[in-house]
Amino acid sequence: MNNTELGPVDIALAPELITVEPEVLGRLHAGLAERASREGILDVAYRIVETPVGKLLLASTERGLVRVAYEREGLDAVLNTLSERLSPRILEAPARLGEAARQVEEYFSGRRHVFDLPIDLALSAGFRRTVLQHLSGIGFGRTESYAEVARAVGNPKAVRAVGTACATNPLPVVVPCHRVLRSDGSLGGYIGGLDAKTTLLRLEAAAA
Amino acid sequence: MDMKQPFEKLVELHGATVLRVCRAVVGPAEAEDVWQETFLAALRAYPELPPDANKEAWLVTIAHRKSIDAMRSNGRRPVPIEAVPETPSPHGVPGSGDDGCGLWSSVARLPDKQRRVIAYRYLADLAFNDIAAIVGGTPAAARRAASDGLKSLRSRLVASQPEGESA
Repeated sequence: MNNTELGPVDIALAPELITVEPEVLGRLHAGLAERASREGILDVAYRIVETPVGKLLLASTERGLVRVAYEREGLDAVLNTLSERLSPRILEAPARLGEAARQVEEYFSGRRHVFDLPIDLALSAGFRRTVLQHLSGIGFGRTESYAEVARAVGNPKAVRAVGTACATNPLPVVVPCHRVLRSDGSLGGYIGGLDAKTTLLRLEAAAA
Repeated sequence: MDMKQPFEKLVELHGATVLRVCRAVVGPAEAEDVWQETFLAALRAYPELPPDANKEAWLVTIAHRKSIDAMRSNGRRPVPIEAVPETPSPHGVPGSGDDGCGLWSSVARLPDKQRRVIAYRYLADLAFNDIAAIVGGTPAAARRAASDGLKSLRSRLVASQPEGESA
């Protein structure tokens, strides 16, 4: 390299200015998330956990767990939706989801039958919200049919709407829409895919 | 795209660039503090940012203000420009064995405006229009400051480099 030709490119090559180690950015990011959380300006914190049904995204507001998402939903798309519907002040902040991650891990290892977490149903309204509130009462290892759920929420004709409420459940696994089956015992649908629904039902049958 | 990206995406896309700019403007020792203050202020203001705004220019603008705050609160410039110190500056490049001849220390000894313009132009890749809006003055003046700064860097580097040694 000819030093008399110093120009933009040479500046861009100055390693002490340019090299940014991933650890440095990781440390800065963690510090940012911690301070933002302490100062009350981190509206949505999220964390990604590995489970037997694949990666799950756990997202939480100040009020509680607001979203559980399967990888097949597209994690970027899920975050974009949270940004639009809740707040764009979103950071990956694993520490804020320590308790949720621990309970999810316990659930998948069969040691936890009931989630004990603050829940934020901000992403669900009206009839769907009513259905979700009922689902939380279906115990570990038990199932109900879509028709039974419709009757339980006082709208026996709304079987299809119950199906939609389950399919759009913002908190799968934690709000157990996987415990709702068709009246003939077949699986119906599931936001995490039928393999995931089967895995959850088997897990609960074995651990109940 | 008129949707507002999650803030996490901004950190992912621009975090490294903003850190490079901070290093060039306040020096490596204080760059991380300025980075934190920049992104914290950005997160606070993010909901009000128009979705079509140039996010990198916006972040560099905040970093610019935060770097001025940091230098004021320390009551000094990041590295003295009046004289080349005989002993290594305590605010030099940590752990790099910087002998005062590296490019960083040359950048540090530039007049403040030239140093900032060079950082914003060549590390953040901002247009001179955006840079003028950040540092004040006209785009033409910003362009001149960048050109003068580069000229000055070039001559310092040539002067500090023994013959035959490559950079």
